[in-house]
Amino acid sequence: MIQKILIANRGEIALRIVRACRELGIKTLAVYSEADVQSLHVQLADEAICIGGPKSADSYLRADRIISAAEIADVDAIHPGYGFLSENAKFAEQCESCNIKFIGPKSKSIKMMGDKAVAKDTVKKAGVPIVPGSDGPVENEAEAVKIARKIGYPVIIKAVAGGGGRGMRIAHNDISFAKEYHVARNEAEKAFGNGAVYIERYIEKPRHIEFQILADSHGKVLHLGERDCSVQRRHQKLIEESPSPFLTSDLRKKMGKAAVRAAEAASYENAGTIEFLVDAKGNYYFIEMNTRIQVEHPVTEECTGIDLIKQQILVANGEKLSFDQGDIKFEKHAIECRINAEDPSRNFAPSPGTIGLYYAPGGHGVRVDSHAYSGYVIPSHYDSMIGKLICFGTTRKVALERTYRALSEYIIRGIKTTIPLHKAIMADPVFIEGKATTAYMEDFMSRTPPDLFS
Amino acid sequence: MIYVKSPMVGTFYRAASPESKAFAEAGTKVVENTVVCIIEAMKIMNEIQAEVKGTVIEALVENGQPVEYGQRLFKVKQG
Repeated sequence: MIQKILIANRGEIALRIVRACRELGIKTLAVYSEADVQSLHVQLADEAICIGGPKSADSYLRADRIISAAEIADVDAIHPGYGFLSENAKFAEQCESCNIKFIGPKSKSIKMMGDKAVAKDTVKKAGVPIVPGSDGPVENEAEAVKIARKIGYPVIIKAVAGGGGRGMRIAHNDISFAKEYHVARNEAEKAFGNGAVYIERYIEKPRHIEFQILADSHGKVLHLGERDCSVQRRHQKLIEESPSPFLTSDLRKKMGKAAVRAAEAASYENAGTIEFLVDAKGNYYFIEMNTRIQVEHPVTEECTGIDLIKQQILVANGEKLSFDQGDIKFEKHAIECRINAEDPSRNFAPSPGTIGLYYAPGGHGVRVDSHAYSGYVIPSHYDSMIGKLICFGTTRKVALERTYRALSEYIIRGIKTTIPLHKAIMADPVFIEGKATTAYMEDFMSRTPPDLFS
Repeated sequence: MIYVKSPMVGTFYRAASPESKAFAEAGTKVVENTVVCIIEAMKIMNEIQAEVKGTVIEALVENGQPVEYGQRLFKVKQG
C-alpha cells in the first residue's frame, strides 16, 4: 500500500501530483533544487529535501540523489512527472531494484518505446498503421538516399533517440536531402548522444492527434479518447483540445482500437499516449508513444471526468481499473492553453523574472494548473511554462468562448506571457472553425499583426 | 566563519564506524582534503572532505541524521 510518494519533478506538474496525493491521503516528499526553494509545491508537500544546485543536471536529473532521498525518507513510490527522468528506462530500473515503485510503465516498456525505430516496428507488427519509412535507422548516406527516393519526397529525417519535437529535418529533393541528412545526424549526436537517424515520408499539413492510454497491471488496456494538439510552434504544443474537431466517431473508434493495440504490443501499464499524424483524408499514422503522463493530460480529465494522476497512483498500487471502455464517455469539450513566460513579439524569447500581481481566472468550467503566485520569481534554469488554462463546456463553442473570457481575466504582471497570443488564436476564424493543422501557427503568425498578440 | 556543506543526499556519520573516533570535533584543525565525515548514500559510504582550511567550531548535524544537498554540516573558523 503506497503511503508516501516522492515527486521527482517541479513546477505545475509537481503541484498537480501533490494535490492528487492529498486527496488520496498519501504523504508527499518534494525534492527540489536550490532555485526552487520558494516553489509552491515545495511549500505544500509534507516533506522536502534539497537535491542539488539550480541546473537540472545538478538536481532534477540526478537519479542517485533522488533515490538517496527516497531511501532516507522511506518512500514507497516515485512519481517522475513529465520530462526529466520520466522516460529514463535506467532510472525506472534503479527504482525497481531498490524496491521503490516507479509510477509509470515497466522499464522494459520505456526502453522499447524510447527507441523510435523499435517503437514503429513493434506497433507495425500489431497492425497499427505507421508512416512509410526506413525500417529502423539508416546505415549510411547512400542507403538513406535510396530509401528517401523509394518512400517519395518530401521526407523527414528523425533522430532515433529523439522526442519532444527535437532532432527532425525535412528534405524535398535529393540535393537538400544530402545536406539535411548530415545536419540531422550532427544535431542528434549533440542533443541525445546518439547520431542514428531514420527516415519517414513527410505528411503535409497533418493534424497531430494523440490518444490517452490507461492500463492496469492486470491486463486491462483502455483509451480515454483523443487530444488534438495541432496548434504547435516549432513542434512545441501551444493549445490542445478534446475531442478533436476533425475526428468522426467512426475514425475515433478505429484509432482508439489501434492505440490500444499499440499499447498492448508494448506490454504497457499505467498512463501513456499514442501519437498519430492524420492527413486531410483521415488516413492516420503512428509516430511515437510517450511512456509518461503528459503536460496536456487535464484536457482528457475534463472531457472524460477521470482523474488521470489518481488513476496512475491506483494502478501503481496494484489495483484493477474500476471501469471499462464502454464506461468512458466524452461529455465535455475541453481546450488547454499553455501559458509560457515568453515574449511573442521578440520571437518568443524567454521572459524570466519576478511576477508582480498574479490573478487567475475562475468561474464555471475554468481550471488553472499553475504554480505561479504574486511575488513568485520564475527561475531561468528550466522551461518557460508557468501554467495551463483549461476551459471546458458542453460544446466546443462554449469552450472557445469560455477560454477567450478566462484569458481576458488572467493577469500576470511583471513578465511577458503568451496570454495575448492565445486570445488572438481564440478569436481567429481558422481556429474557430476547427480547421487548424500543424501548419496553422506559421500561417497565423504571418497574417496576424504582432500588436494583436503581444 | 564558514560552513562545510553537504554535496549529496544521504545519512551523516561522524566516524568511519560505530566504534571509531569521530573524524572532526570542536577544535580539530582541518585543511582542504581532511575527511570530516561520512555521508552514506545508497549503501555507499562517501568520505566528505572539508574543502576549507581552519578549525572546526562545531558539528551541526547529529550522527545518523539524514542530510540534504547544501545542508550545513560543520561550522569552521577559517584560517
